[in-house]
Amino acid sequence: MAVNSSFKNMTLCLLVICFVCSALLAGVNVLTKGPIAKAVEAKTTAAVTAVVPECDIVSNVQSTEFNGNNYNYYVVRLGEDVVGYAIETSVSGFGGNLKLMVGFNTEGVVCNTSVLECNETPGLGAKCKEAAFADQFKDFNPSVKALKVRKDGGDVDAITASTITSRAYSLAVANAYEVYKSLTSVQEEAPVAEEEIGGTDNE
Amino acid sequence: MSKLNLITKGLVKENPTFVLLLGMCPTLATTTSAINGMSMGLATMFVLILSNMAISAIARFIPDKVRIPAYIVVIATFVTLLQFLMQAFVPSIYESLGLFIPLIVVNCIILGRAEAFANKNGVLDSALDGIGIGLGFTIALTLLGIIRELLGNLSFFGWKFCQADGILAFVLAPGAFIALAYLIVVFRKVAEKK
Amino acid sequence: MEYILIIISAIFVNNIVLSQFLGICPFLGVSSKLNTAVGMSGAVCFVITLATVVTFLLNKLLVLCNIQFLQTIAFILVIAALVQMVEIVLKKISPSLYQALGIFLPLITTNCAVLGVAINVVTKEFTFAGGQPHMFNLGEATVYALATSLGYGLAMILFAGLREQIALNNVPKAFKGVPIALVTAGILAMAFMGFSGMV
Repeated sequence: MAVNSSFKNMTLCLLVICFVCSALLAGVNVLTKGPIAKAVEAKTTAAVTAVVPECDIVSNVQSTEFNGNNYNYYVVRLGEDVVGYAIETSVSGFGGNLKLMVGFNTEGVVCNTSVLECNETPGLGAKCKEAAFADQFKDFNPSVKALKVRKDGGDVDAITASTITSRAYSLAVANAYEVYKSLTSVQEEAPVAEEEIGGTDNE
Repeated sequence: MSKLNLITKGLVKENPTFVLLLGMCPTLATTTSAINGMSMGLATMFVLILSNMAISAIARFIPDKVRIPAYIVVIATFVTLLQFLMQAFVPSIYESLGLFIPLIVVNCIILGRAEAFANKNGVLDSALDGIGIGLGFTIALTLLGIIRELLGNLSFFGWKFCQADGILAFVLAPGAFIALAYLIVVFRKVAEKK
Repeated sequence: MEYILIIISAIFVNNIVLSQFLGICPFLGVSSKLNTAVGMSGAVCFVITLATVVTFLLNKLLVLCNIQFLQTIAFILVIAALVQMVEIVLKKISPSLYQALGIFLPLITTNCAVLGVAINVVTKEFTFAGGQPHMFNLGEATVYALATSLGYGLAMILFAGLREQIALNNVPKAFKGVPIALVTAGILAMAFMGFSGMV
């Protein structure tokens, strides 16, 4: 059934197959690049709008350095006014990365949080995605309440039997708050350069 | 062998999961829920059908000694194709299956069917064989996914019918091994009775 | 310190077989005898480490040329070629080692653990002990690959030992062979779950 193998036809055959396959993939790659980028963008926009106040424009991803780590953040606007910030933070949870999107309004109050990546144990730590735990961060004001679990003297109710995950989650939100503070304070100091960006009226 | 027979033999007599015990890694890893199991099964079926057809079409021109690398390249091409399509149109499923989509390349079922069936048979027969084996695999994965989700999470295809916690172990690694073991035992008993 | 964490994490906490489900086929297939299991683990160890280093560098090249879409194909071909090369070199240099590992080498190409580790290392961000998540550099990738394959060997050898004992027992007919092995693997996985959360 198969052709006899000689060095020449083996090389030729593999070359042809590799060439055809790469060409095919290159074509498909070009075709799907647009939809893939769109899908990624739709996902980030959805993740951002879920955690910030009502808005109509989500900025492109921006990056800031804080304490030696890079954080991605998005500025959201309603018309001309900046109405909030969404900040991505990662911490190590119980089973690996725990990545959150934390949204703030201009008063520095956490609007909402959502989990972007979670490797926690299903049924235990993974409950951090459920409303029973996550909803306590809605309208959480970090300047009044402490972002620590109650066991550590804070104001966050931990998930039963998942203190490590709850601590990680609180830490992620606290990190985001620090980043938020540094973001807004920079703009306070340099109001000329960023004059159209509001959000500086928090004391 | 009749055309229908080509399809049905993959379901019972040569079921890739329960009888041939091939492709164990995705079987165990992606069946944490019924949806995940089913998507993995369908993704594998997609690659299996296409690679079976392509390989049966070109097998005559490939020198014997380089057939395995040639088949691997063909399979890897379809897997990458699938990767792009899933990323573009069903990104959430792509994300939940993660690493196991590129790993379809090394799924022994696909290379196994190329060697055992596709390079000796016509394009149509190979496609039917791919559908049969792929369906057998999909059904096995969906079944395992349903059982693990039912026991571990008390839900059915994402519909949670009871608010309590299930037996967590079944969603985790140990439950995968044990649930599959019992499924194979049941399958053997049923097949024996026939 | 980080290297130690990577090693502990890869061997115990995220054991490649028992918690990531990679390389199950040889895990079930060649684990009925202890000495074949040892041989297979040795061969896998060797190939995973080598393949990860090579594919890690290859990926840099792919990124440089902006052709990441060929990643899967390039990786699997490199692994297949590498396995062949290891086989030839081993035959020349150390016939005794070749005799011990030889029959397992061709099987390794389709061992998803090799491709799995190679892809994981270049696509996933890792995080240890409260540090920030980051991509691995070459040194970390090598240590990770070596530790992962040691974890593979550990699981394989433990499992083979258990299976040798089970073979002496009277197992119900329907459970003979793979099902009882799967149940054993499940219990072993449960034991390894005790390590979770360590790093």
